[in-house]
Amino acid sequence: MDTMAPSLTRLHEHTLELIDAGSGRPIVFLHGGDGIDPRWPVLTHLAGLGRLVAPSHPGFGHSALPAHFRSVDDLAYAYLDLFEQMNLRDAVLVGVSLGGWIAAEIAVRSTARIGHLVLADAVGIRCATDETAADIADVFSLAPVDVEARAYAEPARWRRSYDDCSDDELLVMARNREALSLYGWSPYLHNPILRHWLHRIDRPTLVLWGAADRITTPDYGRAWAEGIAGAQFTLIDNAAHHPHIEQAERFAKEIARFAGLAGSATA
Amino acid sequence: MKIWQFTEQAYFPAWDPAHESLRNSLPNKFLDPQVAAGLYSRYTDEWQLCDELGINIMVNEHHQTATCMTASAHVPLAILSRITKKARLLCLGHQIGNRQDPVRVAEEIAMIDCYSQGRYEMGFVRGGPFEIWPANAQPVGQTRRFGEAYRLIMKALTTHDGPFNWEGEFFHYRMVNIWPRPLQQPHPPAWFVSIGSGPGAWIAEQRGKLGTFLTGRDSKILFDVYRKRWREMGWGQAPADQLGYLAIVAVADREEEAKRRAHQIAGYIRTGAQLSMHFFNPPGYVPPQANAQAMRMSTRKDYVPAYATVVMSDGSRVHQGRATIDQLIDAHVAFVGTPDQVYEQIKAYNEFVGGCGNLLIMAQGGDLNHADTVDSLTLFSREVMPRLQALPLDAMATAA
Repeated sequence: MDTMAPSLTRLHEHTLELIDAGSGRPIVFLHGGDGIDPRWPVLTHLAGLGRLVAPSHPGFGHSALPAHFRSVDDLAYAYLDLFEQMNLRDAVLVGVSLGGWIAAEIAVRSTARIGHLVLADAVGIRCATDETAADIADVFSLAPVDVEARAYAEPARWRRSYDDCSDDELLVMARNREALSLYGWSPYLHNPILRHWLHRIDRPTLVLWGAADRITTPDYGRAWAEGIAGAQFTLIDNAAHHPHIEQAERFAKEIARFAGLAGSATA
Repeated sequence: MKIWQFTEQAYFPAWDPAHESLRNSLPNKFLDPQVAAGLYSRYTDEWQLCDELGINIMVNEHHQTATCMTASAHVPLAILSRITKKARLLCLGHQIGNRQDPVRVAEEIAMIDCYSQGRYEMGFVRGGPFEIWPANAQPVGQTRRFGEAYRLIMKALTTHDGPFNWEGEFFHYRMVNIWPRPLQQPHPPAWFVSIGSGPGAWIAEQRGKLGTFLTGRDSKILFDVYRKRWREMGWGQAPADQLGYLAIVAVADREEEAKRRAHQIAGYIRTGAQLSMHFFNPPGYVPPQANAQAMRMSTRKDYVPAYATVVMSDGSRVHQGRATIDQLIDAHVAFVGTPDQVYEQIKAYNEFVGGCGNLLIMAQGGDLNHADTVDSLTLFSREVMPRLQALPLDAMATAA
């Protein structure tokens, strides 16, 4: 298994942990609420397709949490700044789960540096009209074993014991959980008005979804696709909320096909 | 030494070990409102008896739980403000880091202080981790929100020259101008709770009263932190009246009967942890470093975190929820026995901590019935309290 070495960069006065690997057209990968693991095969696949830029969101991983950050708005503006700082152009912007929400918030603000948009099992919008209905399974209220069962098609395969984690990995897990709460406690992992601004997304968009996802169901994914003009919707079998983990190669191939990325042989 | 009676007003009929959680998620179909109505009357009668016995009253609040039916501390305190005559009325307390409207809290404080002719004492608490869900309060930054709510409440209580503006990190008001204003000037005494040693210094800086619950020998550590900071502030020795300790208290003519009563009251401790594990640890409630450490320890067999234990006289630690009554007595967590025994136990605790001016007694808890509660409270007031008044307090603190 290849490991992508993250490095620390400066974004304004704050430290941002970032994987910057491969070359060619930029592929910006925004992780979900569980953070990013440099050992994920999907990162190698994507770095074979172009220049992979994969940050840990402020507050996640080893990225600093600026004291004034409190919403996904802050993340969207921070990444618009990062696009400028790195002079990324015609980027393929890929976001999974929380990262999908951030990607959409970026795109409704500006698509100037985005060529293609990929939203995978994204949280971020409100679909249900019944006030008592939850679109997104509550990862803060469900027992961890229930979250796992909803998030993975094969939970046992991906489960890691704390005993197998280094102290630093445990600290990162704790930071990730805290940051997810900061950005998504209430309203729960969505922006109630985001759907009304999705018409501003004027780039080809692919909505990728794990067929077995029970954190955000495929129907919720279809609502994303319906909200963005011309968006494609593609299901990935044998995957739930983390298709980039459970079906890494297929995930990368779908992105390559959609965005017209040739790349090297890994994908 | 001031004495305060406390009960959680438990809905003990729903205490079934088969329930995974007694808090947060237990459906309220397990509460019979007719039974609840009867229990509220009974618990109120017991507080009213305390007033007649010369015992002060403390009320707290918890939410969505069979362990405590006091969903609003101010509801019983408002009632007690009119049906009691002498008792001080302590709210310990408001979870102001979770509440959405601190100004409303200030208004209620002022009202109850007036209703009670200035017998009200206010208390501000962070609340247990599981309280995050019923309040739906963002757990990240909760201590900062607590601090801002406290500053806002104090300013609302002490500002008398017209509306002021508040635009903070968490709260926004354009015209704060509460009516009425508290009867006690400049404001009723303020209490805070410390279970770990973290907040003690800050509480001292506020000149607040520090209460600690069921912490046994560890309470001395908390009191020392407080007294040290008080001295550093240049205020000399902190009066013992600034410190309070809550313990289980059961008195009877016979030791065995007192222990039986204590066992029933200690149902509070045994059921307190009957809760799905993940409700104990909302994200951000403790720093990531502490959470990482908790994850590391969680896979160790039979690991019990220090906060869930009490210190025995031989220095060993015992799991609070599994401790016997004899162990709880040894740990100063419960004062139990005949009046003579209870007096000696409290005297020993007072000496150990270097003087504690407020004893908060949990003389009702769990399914202890009305007759036993009345008997225990009456014996305590007649046989123990007069002797406690002679205990040295401040003199001991100076020596400590």
